[in-house]
Amino acid sequence: MAPADTKANQEAHWAATTRLMFIHLGVWIFFGYIIHMFVNQLNAITIPVLKFPLGFYMAAQGSLIVFVVMLFMFARQQDKIDRDHGYAED
Amino acid sequence: MAQTAASAAFYKQLGRMYGTYTGAFIAFIIFLAILEYMGTPNRIIGYLFVFFTLAVYAVIGVMTRTAEVSEYYVAGRKVPAFYNGMATGADWMSAASFVGMAGSLFLLGYDGLAWVLGWTGGFVLVSIFIGPYLRKFGAYTVPDFMSFRYGGNFARFLAVIVLVSCSFTYVTAQIFGTGLIASRFLGMQFEVAVFVGLVGILLCAMLGGMRAVTWTQIAQYIVLIIAYLVPIVILSARKYGLPIPELTYGSAIAEITAREQQLLKDGLAVACTAASCPAGALKPHITPFLNYTPLNFFGIIACMMVGTASLPHILMRYFTTPTVREARQSVAWSLFFIFLLYFSAPAYAAFSKLEVYTNIIGRPIGDIRPWMFTWGELGLIQVCGKNAATLQAVIDACKSIAGHPGVVRLQDFVINTDVIVLSTPEIAGLPYVVSGLVAAGGLAAALSTADGLLLAIANALSHDIYYKMLQPMKTNNRNVTIGIILVAIIATMYLVIGGVGWAGIDWKWWAIAGFIAILATAYPFLQKANDTERRLVIARILLLLVAIASAATAASRPSDILAMVGWAFSLAMAGNFPALVLGIWWKRATTAGAICGIIAGFSLCIFYLVVTRYFPQLGVDYFGMTSMKNPVTGANIVDITKPIVPAAAQRVGWFDLNNINCGLLGAPLGFIVMIVVSLLTPAPSKEMQALVDEIRKPRGKTVMEEKTS
Repeated sequence: MAPADTKANQEAHWAATTRLMFIHLGVWIFFGYIIHMFVNQLNAITIPVLKFPLGFYMAAQGSLIVFVVMLFMFARQQDKIDRDHGYAED
Repeated sequence: MAQTAASAAFYKQLGRMYGTYTGAFIAFIIFLAILEYMGTPNRIIGYLFVFFTLAVYAVIGVMTRTAEVSEYYVAGRKVPAFYNGMATGADWMSAASFVGMAGSLFLLGYDGLAWVLGWTGGFVLVSIFIGPYLRKFGAYTVPDFMSFRYGGNFARFLAVIVLVSCSFTYVTAQIFGTGLIASRFLGMQFEVAVFVGLVGILLCAMLGGMRAVTWTQIAQYIVLIIAYLVPIVILSARKYGLPIPELTYGSAIAEITAREQQLLKDGLAVACTAASCPAGALKPHITPFLNYTPLNFFGIIACMMVGTASLPHILMRYFTTPTVREARQSVAWSLFFIFLLYFSAPAYAAFSKLEVYTNIIGRPIGDIRPWMFTWGELGLIQVCGKNAATLQAVIDACKSIAGHPGVVRLQDFVINTDVIVLSTPEIAGLPYVVSGLVAAGGLAAALSTADGLLLAIANALSHDIYYKMLQPMKTNNRNVTIGIILVAIIATMYLVIGGVGWAGIDWKWWAIAGFIAILATAYPFLQKANDTERRLVIARILLLLVAIASAATAASRPSDILAMVGWAFSLAMAGNFPALVLGIWWKRATTAGAICGIIAGFSLCIFYLVVTRYFPQLGVDYFGMTSMKNPVTGANIVDITKPIVPAAAQRVGWFDLNNINCGLLGAPLGFIVMIVVSLLTPAPSKEMQALVDEIRKPRGKTVMEEKTS
C-alpha cells in the first residue's frame, strides 16, 4: 500500500528523485566529458576483431549507447520511486 | 480501465497503420527499381520519389486537420511514447544531420565527433531535469511555463524572444536545405524548389497543427531512416561481407590510418602539426584536437547538449504524451531513434574517406574514378583548384601547376561536405533508385524539422502573444499594439530580406505583398468567427506568415543565417536553461531573479556572438579580446566554426573560445544572476511553492488545468 500524501512522504519522494538525478548526472558527465579527456591514452588500445581504436570508439558509439541505455533505466527507476511513494499515475 | 483499453486499441491501430505504410514505401522503392530497370530516365525516378513522398505527407496532414484547441497545440495529449519518440527523432534530425554530419566527420575526423556527442547526450538532461515536469505542468508552449512560474507576461515575453531568435534562423536553414536537395536532385531552380518545399511544409502543419505534424513526422522518420541506412548497409555487405556498417567501419579506419602513413611517406600529403598546418594538410582521422582546441571541443559538446534541453521545439514534443511516465519513456525512445542515424554517420565518413584515399589520392591523374565528375560538374569536388567536371579538365588543371607529379596529391583535392552522403550510392555502384531514395530521405529530414520549428514559432506568437497577451487588453490598446507589431514586422522584412527574386522583383516585396494579402483575406473571417475559431484561425495565419517570411529569407541565400544555426543552441542554452531548471528544482527562484537571469545570460551570449563575428576590432580595443590577423591583409579574422588554422594557433575572443560556444559564458552567468537576485528578493508565495510541489508529482491533473478550472 502506498503511503499517504504527507509532507514527510513528499520530502522523501523528492529526496529519492534528487538522488537519482545526481546519479544520472554523474554518469552523463563521465561519459559525455571525462572519458573523452583520455582519448589519446585510450586510442593506444585497439578493440580486437573490430579494429576500432578505443578512444575513437567511445566518442563515436560507446558513449551514445550508454546514453540510450541510461535513459531507459532512468524512466524505469523514476517510475519505481513514484510508485513507492504513491505518486505514480494510474 | 475503459481508457486503457481504448488506448491499447489506438496503439494497435497505429502499429497496423505505420506497418502498412512502411511496407507500401518499400514496395514503392521496388516498383521504381523495376521502372529504372525498364529504362525510365533518372530524372523521372527522382521526381516520382519526391512527389509521392510529399503527397503522402500532405494526405496525412489533411486527414488529421482539427478544430480543437488542445489537438492543435498538443495533439490532444495522446501520442504514445514509442511514436512520440519517432516524431521527435524526425523533428530533431535536420538537413544538416542527414546530409552534413557525415561530411563534417570526413573533414574533421575525431574532432567532428563533438557534434555526434553533443547532439545525442542532451536528451539525458531533457529527461532528468525538464521534460517530464513540463508535461505535468500541462503547458501548451515553453513561454507558458515561464509566465506561470515567474508571475506574468514579462517573463512570457522574454521567453518568446528567446524562442523566436533561436528558432527562426534554424527554420530558415531547413527551408534552404529543402531547396538545395530539390535543386540538386531534380534540377529545379533553387528559388522554385524553396517554395515547393514550403508548400509541402504548410500542407502538413497548417490544418492540423501539432496533431498533423506529429503523424507526418512519424511517416517522415520512417522514410529518412530507411534512406540513410540502405546505401551504407549495402556498401558494408559488399565490402566486408557483413551488413552492419557500424561494426565493419573499424576495419576501414584501420586501413585509413595505414594509408595516411603511406601518403606521408610517398610525399603525397603534407603533415598537419601544431606549428604549421597549411590548407589541405593531412589531419589523421583518429587524432584528436587538430581542428578544435580541447576547450572548444568540450565546449561544443556542452553547448549542444545543454542547448538540446533548452530548445522549445524539442521540449514541446513531450507535451503531447498521455502521461508523465510516457514522457520519460518517450525521451528514451527519441534518443534511440536518433542514435540509429548518428552512430551510422561516422561509418559514412570512414567509407568515403577510404574510397578517396585509395582510389583518388595517389592515383595517376588519368586513372581516377568517374563517379566524382557528376559532383565536379556542380562545383562540389575540385582537383588542382578547378571543378573536376571531366577527366580532361582535371588533367589540364594539374598540368598548369608547376612541378605537379602527375599523381593526385591530398592537397590537390577539395570536396564539399554535402557530397559524402549523396555520393555514397554511386561509390557503391548502386542503381539510381537508391540515390533518389537518399534525396527523399534528406527532404524528409529537412521538412520534418521545419514543421516542428514553424509550429513552435507560430504557437508562441498565437498562443502567447495573441491569446495570452493581446486578447485580454482593452480593444483600443490592442488595436494600437497590433498596429505597431505589424509595422515592425514589415519593416524587419524590408530590412532583412534581400536579393532579386522571381520576375525580377526583390524578394522583400514579394514577402511583404504576400503578408498584406493574407491579412486582408483573413480579416473578414476574423470579424465573424467565435472565440475558439478565431484562436485557431489566428494560429494558422501566423504559421503561414512565419513560413513565408522564412522562405523569402531562405530564397535570398543568406550566408550568415546558415552559419548561425549552431548559434541557436547556445542562445537557447543561455536564455532558457537556468530559468527552466531552477524553476522546477529550486522553489526559492523568484520572478525578479528569473527575469534578470534570462536577460543577463542571453545578452552576454548575443554580445559575444556579435562582437567576435562582426566587430572583432572593437573586441580587441575595448573588451580585452584577442583576434587573429589575416597574414596577407592584416584584417581581423572573424570567428568561424570551421577553422582554417591548426587548433593550437587559434586566437579569438576571450580564452580563445569559439563564438558558437557563447552559451558557455551565458548560461553560468544566467545561473549566478538568477540565484543572487532570487536570494535578494522575497521568496515566492506559499501558493506558488505548493504548485512547484505539484509539478514534481506525476499523479493528478496537470497544474494548468487545475488552475483554470
